[in-house]
Amino acid sequence: MSSTQTHAPEIDAVTGTATTGHSWDGIAELNTPLPKWWLWIFYATIVWSFGYFVVYPSWPLATSHTTGVFGWTSRGEVASDIEDLKKLRSGNNAKLAAMPLADVTKDPQMLDFAKAQGKAAFGDNCAPCHGAGGGGAVGFPSLVDDDWLWGGKIDQIEQTIKFGVRSAHAETRAGAMTAFGTGSSPILKKDQIEQVADYVLTLSKQQADAKSAEAGKAVYAENCAVCHGDEGKGNQELGAPNLTDGIWLYGKDKAAIVYGVVNGRGGVMPNFAGRIDDATIKSLAVYVHQLGGGVK
Amino acid sequence: MSKSLTFGEIGVSIALIALAALSLLVAAKAYTPEYAFHAYLFAAASVGGVYAIVNRYGARAAQTPQTVDGKPNYNMGPVKFATIMSMFWGVAGFLVGLIVALQLAWPAFNFDLPWIQFGRLRPLHTSAVIFAFGGNALLATSFYVVQRTCHTRLAGDIAPWFVVLGYNFFIVIAGTGYLLGVTQGKEYAEPEWYSDLFLTVVWVVYFLVFLITVTKRKEPHIYVANWFYLAFIVTIAVLHLGNNATIPVSLFSPKSYIVWSGVQDAMFQWWYGHNAVGFFLTAGFLAMMYYFVPKRANRPVYSYRLSIIHFWTLIFLYIWAGPHHLHYTALPDWAQTLGMTFSVMLWMPSWGGMINGLMTLSGAWDKLRTDPVLRMLVVSVAFYGMSTFEGPLMSIKVVNSLSHYTDWTVGHVHSGALGWVGFVSFGAIYCLVPWLWNRPGLYSLKLVNWHFWVATLGIVLYITSMWVAGIMQGLMWRAYTALGFLEYSFIETVEAMHYFYVIRAMGGGLFVVGALIMVWNIYKTIVSSNVEAVPAGRSQLAAAE
Repeated sequence: MSSTQTHAPEIDAVTGTATTGHSWDGIAELNTPLPKWWLWIFYATIVWSFGYFVVYPSWPLATSHTTGVFGWTSRGEVASDIEDLKKLRSGNNAKLAAMPLADVTKDPQMLDFAKAQGKAAFGDNCAPCHGAGGGGAVGFPSLVDDDWLWGGKIDQIEQTIKFGVRSAHAETRAGAMTAFGTGSSPILKKDQIEQVADYVLTLSKQQADAKSAEAGKAVYAENCAVCHGDEGKGNQELGAPNLTDGIWLYGKDKAAIVYGVVNGRGGVMPNFAGRIDDATIKSLAVYVHQLGGGVK
Repeated sequence: MSKSLTFGEIGVSIALIALAALSLLVAAKAYTPEYAFHAYLFAAASVGGVYAIVNRYGARAAQTPQTVDGKPNYNMGPVKFATIMSMFWGVAGFLVGLIVALQLAWPAFNFDLPWIQFGRLRPLHTSAVIFAFGGNALLATSFYVVQRTCHTRLAGDIAPWFVVLGYNFFIVIAGTGYLLGVTQGKEYAEPEWYSDLFLTVVWVVYFLVFLITVTKRKEPHIYVANWFYLAFIVTIAVLHLGNNATIPVSLFSPKSYIVWSGVQDAMFQWWYGHNAVGFFLTAGFLAMMYYFVPKRANRPVYSYRLSIIHFWTLIFLYIWAGPHHLHYTALPDWAQTLGMTFSVMLWMPSWGGMINGLMTLSGAWDKLRTDPVLRMLVVSVAFYGMSTFEGPLMSIKVVNSLSHYTDWTVGHVHSGALGWVGFVSFGAIYCLVPWLWNRPGLYSLKLVNWHFWVATLGIVLYITSMWVAGIMQGLMWRAYTALGFLEYSFIETVEAMHYFYVIRAMGGGLFVVGALIMVWNIYKTIVSSNVEAVPAGRSQLAAAE
């Protein structure tokens, strides 16, 4: 058994260092001392750590722990950071809370502040549905065009944000598209729905069966005009969309229109009053208003 | 000598029959179809195990000799099996990693299928590469190295086979569980209580096989690689038990609840999680490095003294470092301090392994030009050095406040996982395969060279894109305007990451290509008819193996 014996240490020809004399499966080991730089850096990290133990909370005791010479805590640090930010914002926020919305847009300094606060709040609260840039998505209105369901004036926007749309708030914006084609005795028959959908297509200058659309005109006048208006221009008091502008919340094709007439529509926007403070809601209104589509 | 069933064969058969019966009972009364499916798998595997034992009894000689011609009769069957499984799971795990990278760059790659959502594939990826690829590489090399450096046959008769087969069965249960949504929701410890119990049995047998082999060694001293392997096996057992201390809802339910709660649970999780890095991915693979680097370079290990000091300091310091995963959380400040300082003190002990690996090449540096396998091993040590510097750096609280929760962490993990764990395993397997199958060498060193460069390029793309992405992400998250508001919304930071996610996926793709080149090379080596005469000093393997 050649490999089981311990050899006498030998000098390695390449390095000039002695081996330990052990050998395993042909692997020998040099007896090189620890590299000095390695050892000193190791000592330095230990010394630094003991210094850190003295300055910061570190070792557990029976019922508490060492607190460090300055009494630093991470909770204390967060609290002071938050305090600093609040202080930084407080002057402008107090001013904003007291200022009528219409005046904010005329005061360049307050406008900048409201836009900055609005952008941050928009990213946290609105972007998940309306998109980071406010471009919207199917079922979630675009905030960058000049088509508004509930009004695009700055105070109308503020009201929508505050109380929501079909939300749980008592002052919510209410009113929904009726379902004309569900239940055991639907309001409209299937062919009437087809006709009115064709008529609605023509309102936004889309291709439709002329005969069917002609028949749909009467259906529209009886059932739809009360909310959407005789000419289909909509009604912001009721949140009834303008059907003539070619901007569609749920899709412009006939299938989407038929689905809406049959089942009704009624998306929900939550109320933000009670969730975020009034000054921030004001800032959001300013921010959304200047996204591109705000009405003077 | 008359042939009879050994104590082990009878005992294991009875245990497997009992497990099969229990599994069928559980399958019949299981609360969920996923659990019933797993119970059927357990039953089938148990029956298969009994069949294998009976089959093997028919084929085997009366008694396996401990030595042949005065040389140890090494048991290489389980080593071969684990080597091949390592390659198999490696490719599978890398591919899943590529898919999740593509999903992050282009969410359409979810295909709206629940089984392949990011949330299920991500643990499949991490477990497949760490535990299936890395774990099999560790099983294969530890069983190989312990035999050769102890100059004795592996302890146990069917025990080593039980370890490799049982471990891989655990992987099947864990992996299918992720896809079916069976998880206890602990990172790197997702498998539920029944898989954990089974793994515990396998792991204890692994420990015993390894320990008894070391005990019956024919060498006066224990080689450094075996210290590291033993530290890895013992510590992983302790971590596994601590972090999986759960109480099942019922024998018939896959669901269990952990006994720890709140921040204590979090601390246990990261004590486990960090030491899985420390003892699985560091200690275990350092053991691999300590055998294959000197062997391949044909040089003595640089410093015996350094190996002792860095082994004990690494073992002592690593176990404290876990809290650095919980900086700025509900974890008490004192624990965060200890986690951070012990991580910083860990820097030099980690680098001891790098020094010993790199300096072992003194007098053999020229081989890097001609031997791409050695180059792979050496570059793995370089990546090890880089990520064990980056780790302590990121554990410092001010650095962590920027890096934590960002893709910098992902980049850091992958410089360790792809560069260190991946390359050292590839290098070891490239060495092992010709030795195990008695081939004069690999099918093609040129292909190894291709693997090396393609994979290295992939790693560089991966980690540089994640450094840039992570630091940018951290800076965007904390950016405030002069008026005191966050500069960017979260979604804007996600948008900004897109290009880097694309580059990362490209890097991952290259790494997969490299692994496929390796699989081809290994396959051609094994099926090659060019069988080498057994060199002098190496014992002939028994025919059955």
